[in-house]
Amino acid sequence: MSLVIRLRTVVCLLGRFPALAGADLDVAAGEILLVSGPNGAGKTTLLRLVAGLLAPYSGEAEVLGHDLYHDRLAARRKIAIVGHETYCYDDLTARENVEFFARAAGRGTADVDAVVDRVALGDAARVVHRGLSAGQRRRLALAVALVRGPELLLLDEPHAGLDALGREVLADVVRDAPGEGRTVVMVSHELEIARPLATREVRVDGGQTAAVTPMGATMTEPAAKSTVSAPAVVPAVTP
Amino acid sequence: MSGTSLWREAAVVAGKDLRIEARARVALGQILPFGLIVILLFAFALDPDRGVLTRVAPGLFWIAVLLATLLAVGRAFAIETHHNARDGLRMAGLDGGAIFLGKAAAIALQLAVLEVVLGVAVIVMYGVDVHGLGVVLITATAATVGLAATGTLYGVLAAGLRLRETLLPLLLLPVIAPVMLGATRAFEDGLGGVPGDAWPWVGMLGVFAVLYTTIGVMAFGALWEET
Repeated sequence: MSLVIRLRTVVCLLGRFPALAGADLDVAAGEILLVSGPNGAGKTTLLRLVAGLLAPYSGEAEVLGHDLYHDRLAARRKIAIVGHETYCYDDLTARENVEFFARAAGRGTADVDAVVDRVALGDAARVVHRGLSAGQRRRLALAVALVRGPELLLLDEPHAGLDALGREVLADVVRDAPGEGRTVVMVSHELEIARPLATREVRVDGGQTAAVTPMGATMTEPAAKSTVSAPAVVPAVTP
Repeated sequence: MSGTSLWREAAVVAGKDLRIEARARVALGQILPFGLIVILLFAFALDPDRGVLTRVAPGLFWIAVLLATLLAVGRAFAIETHHNARDGLRMAGLDGGAIFLGKAAAIALQLAVLEVVLGVAVIVMYGVDVHGLGVVLITATAATVGLAATGTLYGVLAAGLRLRETLLPLLLLPVIAPVMLGATRAFEDGLGGVPGDAWPWVGMLGVFAVLYTTIGVMAFGALWEET
């Protein structure tokens, strides 16, 4: 079994506050994992940790075979994240933003064309970022993530602000991910939309991965890959 | 990482920053007029004595460039704050050294354009003669690389701080004092003195530029991650 994400009693601090307080998580290649939980539970922190944007404080953390303590840059080259913000530049057009991230990843114009078509940006591709609607910006963020050809796609509240077309595009991208050799971890509050797309659900609460629900949508052996335990260590630091 | 990949990634970052500046026109519409106003104000202030104006022209020129550098460096990191573009750049998987070289190159190019315009303004308004054009050009190149490299290195230090606009000058000005001194002295020799006397100062500027470019390539990645 090939593990894409392997976390063991991981503590992640935001300042002195343990936003993750002993999280354990295994995610296998090709899974579509839904991460649910209340506001402030640590879902976004979990995603940012896996993305290599935050460093773990303690515990074991590996993503795509890279240690998140010492090898985050190498991990990031294989990961893309769609967060609350677009990570794009206001003064560049949608297409120019996609081109920048494509070139940074060593990809060419054909990749840009394909991704712009895939997220149905259409004429909006020629509009500067500041002129895009909220829904167009969300699709642009998805395009920027996809153009790098990531092995692991992290989605943080991906349905927020999306219109019907955007939700359709997103659903296609998520459903097609395993066939494209891509693993997806998706944080969402809109469970009625997200659950049908996922193969497994993990609930995060109080900075801990607290429960697992095998969904069984497409995975052949989800239960063996779903081990989540209570944290061994909870730091004494209080908010 | 290979040298080819480093330069390719640096070119991608520089191209992005320059394209944003070409679109936003902050350098052209704000920083350049600011530099010209500084030159013009000194011309008004010292106009009664043209001799003084000619003698202090090199220093006034580099003070104007220095102030413009602060604005350009601040702008180079301000564009990474909107829509959390900084995290996007981190997720792009680019080497820290490449980001440093790209940003420094974009700043240097903008400063070079600014220096040409300010140089013409100084010649016209201050009545300065250029005796050693080669020395002046080499001095300007070395000083510009030094200013851009140092500015980029300290810019990333200040970028993550709440008071970055006021902290950047405090951090940067003491460090680039040798550039101001060397460039001013070399310009004095290149403009009205003996151009050959400028070479020790040019050498110092070259060492400064190489030193801070090397430090930047090595240290920027860690600073970019931690600030």
